[in-house]
Amino acid sequence: MKQKILYALGVVAALLLTRNIWTMLTKLPDEAFQGAIFRIIFFHVPCAFTCFLCFFMTLIAAIAYLSTHNLKWDAFAVSATEVGLAFGAANLVTGMIWARIIWGIWWTWDWRLTSMLVCWLLYAGYLVLRDAIEEPTERARLAAVMSILSFSVVPFVFFSIKWFRTQHPQPVLYGGGKMDSAYRIMLYGNWVPILLFAVILIAIRMGQERRQRELDALRREIHAF
Amino acid sequence: MNDAAARNFEYLAYGLIAVWVILVAYVLTLVSREGKIRAQIDVLRRMMEDHGKL
Repeated sequence: MKQKILYALGVVAALLLTRNIWTMLTKLPDEAFQGAIFRIIFFHVPCAFTCFLCFFMTLIAAIAYLSTHNLKWDAFAVSATEVGLAFGAANLVTGMIWARIIWGIWWTWDWRLTSMLVCWLLYAGYLVLRDAIEEPTERARLAAVMSILSFSVVPFVFFSIKWFRTQHPQPVLYGGGKMDSAYRIMLYGNWVPILLFAVILIAIRMGQERRQRELDALRREIHAF
Repeated sequence: MNDAAARNFEYLAYGLIAVWVILVAYVLTLVSREGKIRAQIDVLRRMMEDHGKL
């Protein structure tokens, strides 16, 4: 039943995404100053939103694990972190491709770019830390602490373009920023299938984590005889 | 279409491809992990059969 729901969500996400790509390439006009490359924002920003949402869910799961010691929360935390990292990587790479055309360079050590990279590396470190610890409860406890510490960078990444003078464009979705309503609808509209893909990936990864945990428990039981 | 516009479209295509390459790479890691879990289940099943626990 659960698998059927995931398949159905996958089909809905794929259809929405196909429709969005077709609309953004054939119906939406080029942005006046940036031209066609502007359309990359319809993936760059939703990927960032999805990444931050995943990291926020990891934070909630880490706090829940530390207060309940239920390993289900740990499984959720690692699943959301992995998926968040995948979307974070997509955000960084699309940003670099956009920058190559608009700024003429692939990368600059600007506040936003650097803080996002540091944030990504911290969460990648979280996965490395998990691999280094064998004992499941100890691994879950230390990973939860690391995850809470890592999240402290996320608000900094998000607000860095308001707090500092950066080369990165100023916010267009909140504050004093402006964006044409057709672009805004496409941006949020494209976030929906991306978010659906994230939900599907987290659900699949959580299932794997649960099975792996059951397997490890069974193996310990067998070796105990 | 002039050269600048063509280059714009070329890099837009790179961007879209990059997103999908990253997500497909992650999906492939999930598939590989699934394969490892199945292999571990098979090993455990054989071990249990050897021990006469099934």
